[in-house]
Formats: sequence, structure tokens, C-alpha cells
Amino acid sequence: MYPRQFDYLAPSSLDEALSALDANPGAKVLAGGMSLLPMMKLRLLSPEVVVDIGRIDGLGDITDNGDSISIGALVTHGEVAANGLVQEHGAALATAASWTGDRQVRNRGTCCGSMVHADVAADQPVAALALGATMVAASSGGTREIAAADFFVDTLMSALEPNEILTEMRIPKVGAGTGSAYDKLGRRGGHTDYAVAGVAASVTRSNGSISAATVAVTGVGNRPALAGGVADALVGTDGSDAAIEAAASHATDGIDVLEDLYGSVGYKTHLAQVFAARAIGAALAAAG
Amino acid sequence: MSSTSVLGGVVRRREDPALIQGGGRYTDDVKLAGTAHVAFVRSPFAHANVLSVDTSAAEAMDGVLAVYTAADVEHLGLLVAQAPVGALRPLLNNGTVKHVGEAVAMVVAEDPYLARDAADAVDVDYDALAAVVDLKHSLSDEMLVHEDLGSNTLVSWTGPFGADADGLAAVKAGIDAEKSRDDVVVVTQEMINQRLIPVPIEPRSVLADYQIGYGRFDIYSSTQIPSALAGAIGKYFGMALNQVTVKAMEVGGGFGCKLNVYNDEVLVAFASKQLGCPVKWTETRREAANSTIQGRGWIATATMTGTTDGEILGFELEGIADMGAYSQNFTVAIPFLGVFVGSGQYSFPTHWKMDCVTTHTMTTDAYRGAGRPEAAYYLERILDMYSRKIGMDPAEVRRKNYIPASEFPGAVSPMGFPMDTGDYETNLDAALESAGWSGLLAERDAARADGRHVGVGIATYVEVCGFGPSGLVDLGFSWAEYQMPSAFNGSSLVRVHPDGSATVSIGTGPSGQGHQTTWAQIVGDGLGMDVDRIRVIHGDTEEAPPIIGTFGSRSAAVDGSACFEATQKVQAKAARIAAHLLEASEDDIEFADGGAQVVGTDSSVSWGEIAKTAYQPHLLPEGMEGGLEAHAIFSPGNATWPFGTHIAMVEVDTDTGDVKLLRYIGMDDCGNVISPMIVDGQIHGGIAQGVGQAMFEDAVYDMDGNLLSASLVDYILPTAADLPSFELGRTVTPTDINPLGVKGIGEAGTIGAAQTVVNAVVDALESLGVTHIDMPLRPQRVWQAIQDAQA
Repeated sequence: MYPRQFDYLAPSSLDEALSALDANPGAKVLAGGMSLLPMMKLRLLSPEVVVDIGRIDGLGDITDNGDSISIGALVTHGEVAANGLVQEHGAALATAASWTGDRQVRNRGTCCGSMVHADVAADQPVAALALGATMVAASSGGTREIAAADFFVDTLMSALEPNEILTEMRIPKVGAGTGSAYDKLGRRGGHTDYAVAGVAASVTRSNGSISAATVAVTGVGNRPALAGGVADALVGTDGSDAAIEAAASHATDGIDVLEDLYGSVGYKTHLAQVFAARAIGAALAAAG
Repeated sequence: MSSTSVLGGVVRRREDPALIQGGGRYTDDVKLAGTAHVAFVRSPFAHANVLSVDTSAAEAMDGVLAVYTAADVEHLGLLVAQAPVGALRPLLNNGTVKHVGEAVAMVVAEDPYLARDAADAVDVDYDALAAVVDLKHSLSDEMLVHEDLGSNTLVSWTGPFGADADGLAAVKAGIDAEKSRDDVVVVTQEMINQRLIPVPIEPRSVLADYQIGYGRFDIYSSTQIPSALAGAIGKYFGMALNQVTVKAMEVGGGFGCKLNVYNDEVLVAFASKQLGCPVKWTETRREAANSTIQGRGWIATATMTGTTDGEILGFELEGIADMGAYSQNFTVAIPFLGVFVGSGQYSFPTHWKMDCVTTHTMTTDAYRGAGRPEAAYYLERILDMYSRKIGMDPAEVRRKNYIPASEFPGAVSPMGFPMDTGDYETNLDAALESAGWSGLLAERDAARADGRHVGVGIATYVEVCGFGPSGLVDLGFSWAEYQMPSAFNGSSLVRVHPDGSATVSIGTGPSGQGHQTTWAQIVGDGLGMDVDRIRVIHGDTEEAPPIIGTFGSRSAAVDGSACFEATQKVQAKAARIAAHLLEASEDDIEFADGGAQVVGTDSSVSWGEIAKTAYQPHLLPEGMEGGLEAHAIFSPGNATWPFGTHIAMVEVDTDTGDVKLLRYIGMDDCGNVISPMIVDGQIHGGIAQGVGQAMFEDAVYDMDGNLLSASLVDYILPTAADLPSFELGRTVTPTDINPLGVKGIGEAGTIGAAQTVVNAVVDALESLGVTHIDMPLRPQRVWQAIQDAQA
């Protein structure tokens, strides 16, 4: 567990940090370090420069923008899980954050870091997908917004450019009739550890039928992915158990399900369907 | 036990304040000036010819002190082993490597980061070859792991022990003859007892300090066997035992994986002697997974033959055990420990055969339980399947087949071993009462009526431990290769200082067992001395009498008894001194409250006064030597045989295969108990590791011999959050083979737990047609078993 030698920079402003990224191609951004440091210790990743953004003011807050909530780059999983605004408008994310890692990891690791790391079995990226989150990426050239749906590109690869920092993630506020939920099977059973399969769902009910739905699946493919087939099948139904089950059967449509130590293709496909149904059911219950 | 004033009372562990406050001193905490650091170059292939090793780039790096290859250390010979059956490990291998993680070269540099960089710069050219990983493939001898051995099968252990081929055939024929009876059922099942990685919380670490001019070594190592390591180092470097000091300070868990002298320990010492500076190496987790011994790794078929009313007529086990690539300290002896307990608590004929085969994987050796959990697993799983088949309460089937209490002491197990003491039915009844057995079954049935899949499992075990008999050497277990007296005796030295405080020096090498507390209790009880006045020194070969260390649940029964006997000797002498000082008869002296008193009077003398007198010979009784200390060696007449009954309740989510452990009840009998809190702690940890095997842990090798679960992300350990609060109780059946009446408890929980959990899960899924699931019962496997049963 000895990383290769690297230079460590700890800028005190965002501009300084972005300049450091420009000046050091291949540099990596350190926030909580819960994913970056293990990869460096295993020498799977050996950046020559690490830019620690932990001393930059203004990145550690969860703020109410009126129509959306911003989660800053340094906000930890634990803070996301415990935040009332997130619980009210993005219950799927709050739940996913509460099941991420263990208590020590949740007190150190960051929500935005989890997005950028884009682990195939992480909890929070699918919540971001289901909630229709927007990623705000800053570079020395300015900022740009990336829809969550466009953010998770491939295994451990996000749409963030090497010279960009994910400064905040925004989730839209929701009104009455909309609810979200996340459910999963962890590798050690229950909700503990990385997801063997997990599903986040956001559902809106109006006038007795489902008017909108977004569902996303983690743990089964090469990246956190939207399950468009589930949402399509669900919208317009009455949200009955039968409708949910029928919709959930599409959980891995269009997803190339991959086998790993924790599940065969058949098992993961089955689990994705089970948790799609459970997450949708819970989201509907929350929608009222 | 002669007195019980302290023994058996709840005493807090004296070692905890240092550990809790971060003051515990472990090997890696020792910082000697000028220490160099080691990194190993290890084979990424399970089987490959090493074509070349180019060290030039590494040697040219700043801060690199040396790079050693096989040619540099070949003169030292191969790694020592207790039972040299099979192939012994080269210290470094530049010929044909035999497992992933095998050491090829060693880099020494000024800091551990540089050492790692330089190790990465060593250019090794390999010609990769096909590997033997599957046990049945190995047994076939289609491809040999070691050509010169002529076969992959290193040894076959059979039971009953001591029976020759005719005797074994007769037992088998006897069981077979019963199978055709109309009232007999035969249940058979092939089962896997998977490979496990020990994972102590403190990785292994060694620091060697060769002292130039003095010609001696100080070795700090995270080991369970400091004296054996000292002996081995002396042997490799041609040094007398008194020139090698091994200090095992705090050791953060061992579970048997530190019950080996490792090639890295010898190599680090070699480098220190070559370079004339202290040299340190601490393994990484990934190195630990690939290059520290593993445990278990059996596949076997169990067969139970019995009548439809629960009378068992025979148990047969036939299988293959994985030894890995090289034999280390105990390796091939581990399945032999299974022979000891192959028939468990029962009286039925047992026929047992395990072939020990070599493979292109890391060596297996002792891991908590070591052969006994495997043996107990097969017996108790097939017994459960048999109970299910005949529709009888599994507790009652067990009761019906026990060796009766009336046969103890002196019972001889069907496997041919004399056992010390046992009362299995009393223990079973206590377990059933503690669990509320009938209520538990009713609760299960009520849950099932609600559509839940709840199961209850029960299993019993017999352990054999406290190995100490000198006669064991006749079975081929010997420490002679480690320059040790070949026996397994216990040894202890108790000294009272002139101020009336006392020190006990003992050769044990604890890794969390609480010896600081337990030995102080034994001495304190014997001398009537406050435990706070007693210092315990262990794990230090300079201070302690040479004895082999801590493993196999042996310390209390063997070294504890030596401690007791040394205390008795000191007490006897102190009584004479006290009688002299108090002008009383020696027979009227008793020890309590920090000194000696004349029974029935207020005439007393403190330990301080007794001790002060002891060191002034002119004040002593005529003819008495000065000083107040005693050494005792204890060689018991037998091992000890603890036992117990465990019960678990589980619930399965059949949609996902997720298993939740709802309750766990343990009823263990380890004879007399010295420290209840420590005994309970041992059972807690043991059960956790048994549950770990049942539900989580799996050392997974692919067919190329790559360990796929080499990190703690993929090797899933149980945590407190995964476990219910254990409900523990005990029965007390003292042993008659040592003066304390104690057996051993370090491994009992592990030996009892795995089959208890699997029996419960199978019970939960009975209505779905599931009869067996191989461990670990991770969700996918449970779900798949349900699908298969329903297909």
C-alpha cells in the first residue's frame, strides 16, 4: 500500500485549483479521497500531481436555490444523508448516501466525488440519474452544466474533462405527488457494502395515474444507467402492484448485464427487477 | 482446582487500556535508527518458469541498498516445516514458481516507498504454464505440481486412527452391511468447505536487528511462536539459541496464520546480517492474501447410514483437502486434526479418508479450528440431512447417538482416541432450554404461516485442543527443525521480587487471548496476591523459558497449568518462610489479602516481608536457599476435549436470497473457567469467524490460479453490524488431565458455528425443496439453490 511519489498541491481558491489542473495534465482532484487514495495505494492510479480542494471555501455547503438544491463538491455522504432538504426533495439520494460505505467513509467521502468516480456498483449515481440531477463542471474557461443522464460514460469514467472540477450537483425540488426511493442488495447482504444490484426511482402521480417516472439501475452493467423501459412502461398506469411488476420486468432492457463475483447475469437481471419493483413501490408510497 | 477466590471471577482485561488508548506496541511501531525496508518481487503467475531476473535498473536507483535473488540465499536451504511431507518452500524462487505471490526477489531500500518502486523496476521474464487448481484435477495426477514427488497426493489420513487397511475395510464393510436393511436410510452429499483467508487486523510484520560485533540478533515479529522463530533463525545462521532474541510484542490477531516461520522472516534477518543495519518488512493486505497461509479448502462426500427411528449405524467421509503449493509448519497435519474429532460426540462407527493434495495455490495451514471445523461441518450437516430424511427432531437424533456421560472419563471415540471428560446430554439440554427450543420452533412455524422463510438450525461439536502430551512426538509432530525441544510442553517461571511484587515469564505468544489477565489471575490466586502486583511477560524469548507459543487452544490447559504448578512451588517455599517468621507450623499458613497468615489467628506477614526475607539468606530457616522463584514444565497426559451445542435462527428473503441471522445461541463447555469475560470474548470471536465462513468469506481462485478475492473489497469479512447479539451460556465439565480443570476455548466457537447457520438456512428453505447449499451462503448462491430446487 505504498503509492508512487506524487506532488501535493493544496490551493485555497477554485481559480488556483483550476490553474493547477491546466498546468499539470494528468493531475487528480482530491476531495474526500475515499476512492482516489486506495487506487493510488494499489498503484492502479499514479498521478504525478494531486490537487486537494479541501481548503477551498464555498464548496462544502448544501444550499437552497429556490427551485433546486445544490450539493457542493466537499459535502460528505453523511451530510447528504442527514440533510432535511435532500430528504424532502431527493429521498433516493439521501437513502443512497446513508448506505454508502461505512460511517467512517460517510464522514469523509463526498457525494460529488462518488459521481466523478462513477463506480459500477456505487449507490448515489443512480439516485442522481433518477432525480434528474445536473452536474456543474468548472474549468479555467468557465462553467458548464451536464445532465446526469449524460454524465456516466463508461466504467469508472464520467463526462468530466481532466481540467474540470465538479463544483456542485443540483437536484430539482419536487412538489406534492412526486416521491423517490432507492433500494438495493449489498454485497454482504442487506443494504451493506457496494450494490450487487440497486435501483433508484422517482415517480410522480397525478389524478390517480403515474404521469412521470425516472428509474436507474446500478451494479449490473458497466456504469450506472437509466432504465428507460421501466419508466415508459410505468407512465400512464395506475401504479398497481401488477403495473409495477410489469414495468420492473424491463429493468435491464438495453443494459449489457455483466457477471462478477457477486452475481451471474441471470441473478443480476432478476435482482434489478426485484429492486425496481421495490423502489417504485416505495417511491409511490412517498409520493402520497 | 485448589482454591477459587479469584479464578472464575469477572476480571477486566488488563491489556485493554493500552490497546484502547492507542498505546499498544506492535512490531511496526518499533522504529530503530537506520532501519532499511523490504519489498518483495512476487510472481503474478500460479505456475511459470522464471527465464530471467534483471535487477540492474532497481539496483541503480537512489536509496536502494540491495536486491537479492535466489542465488544469494540458496545456501540457507529451504523453509523449515514441522512435518516435511511434500515440497518445502524455497526462500526465493528463480526456477519454477508454484503460486501467485511466491517471492522471486527481495529489494532493500532506505524507505518502504523506494523499496516498492525498486521492486516494480525488477524485470522478471516468466514463461507461464498451465496450473493445477481444482482438487479433483490434482488428485487425478494428470499434471503434477512437483514432478519429483511423482504424485500430487502427499498423504491420506484415515480413521479410525491406528487401524490398518484390513481394520479400515472392516469398519467400512460393517457400515455397508447395514445399508440393505429395510428400516435403514442412507443419506449422502458432496459438500465444499471453502478456502479462507485468515485476515488478522494486524498484518504480519518483522524487524530484524543484527548487531555487528556482538554477533547476535534481536528479531521483532508479529508471530504466535516466538521461540520457534528464534530457533529457526539460529539454525539458518548457525547461532546458538542464546544469541537470538525474538520479541512478539502486541500481536493483533493470528488465528493460526502467525503459527508459521515464514520465508520473509528468514530473508529479512538475512538482509540485516548482510547489510549490518536493522531491516523491516510489513506485509500489505494484498500480500497477506496471496502469501500468508490460508485455511480450509476441502471437498468431500459425507454419508450417513441409520435407522428410520434415529439410530445411526455409520458415518463415512471421503474427500480431498487442498495443501497448496508448499508444505509449511503444519500443512499436511491440519486434516489429521480432523481425524481426532471425525466422530464428534457420537458413538457410531465412523470411516474417514482425506487425501491431501498439492495445487498451484498458496499454502494452507492452521486457521482457527484447523481441520476440526471442517470435520465437524461434514458430520453435522449430514446428520442434519439424515434427521430431515427420517422426520425426527435433529436435537433428539443427536441425543440418541451420543457417547453416554457414564463412559467418561475413559471413553474412547469411534475414531480411536481416548477422551478426557464429557457430558453431552447435559450440555444439549442446557442449550435447548437456553434457546427455548420448542418455543423457537413454534415461532418459526408461526412466521412460516405468515409466508416468511424462517429456519432453525442446531449443531454440536467436540473439539480436541490443549495439545501438550510429550507423546505427540511419536505421531510425527516435532519442533526439532526449529531447534526446539520436540515436545509440546507448557513452561512457566514465577518470581517474587524483593518488594513483594511478582513476575510470571511464560513462553506463550498471545494475539488477543488475554494472557496478561489470565496468568496474573492464576498466580494471584495461588499466592493470595493482588493481580495488580503481578507482571506478565510473554512473547519474549530472552525473558521467558523456551516453549513453543500460542495456538490450538492450548495456552490455558498447558502453559496455564505450568503457571499454576510454578505458583504452587513458590507458594510452598513462601509458606515455609512465613511459618519461620510467624513461628508457626507450615501447615497452618494460608495465603490471602496480600500475604500469609496463621489460620484462625490475626498473626500475619505481608508478601513484602516474606520476599525481603527470601533475599536475605541469613534470615531464612536453616538450609534454605535464598530467592523466591520457581520454574515448572507441564506435560499433560492427553489433549483436552471441549464440546458444545449451538443453535441459530435465520430468515431468508427468497426473492433475493438474502440471509439474515436473527438469533445465535451458544452453549459451550470448556471445563473450568478462569476468566468468564475472556472465555465469552473468545466464543464471540470464534462464532463471528464461523458465521463468516457460513455466510461471507471465500478465497476464490480462478482456473489459472489467480486469487480473485485478494482485497478486503472482495473478501467479505463479517462485521459487528452483520451479527446479532450472541446468547451464550455454559456447562462446566472439568477435565481430569490438568490441575486447573480447564480445557480450551479459542477455537470452539468457530468449530461450532458454520454448520449451525447452514442447517438453519436449509431448514428455512425446506418447503422449497432445498436440501443443501455450499458455503458461503451469499445471496446469489441461496437464490440459485432455490431456483434449482424449484426447476
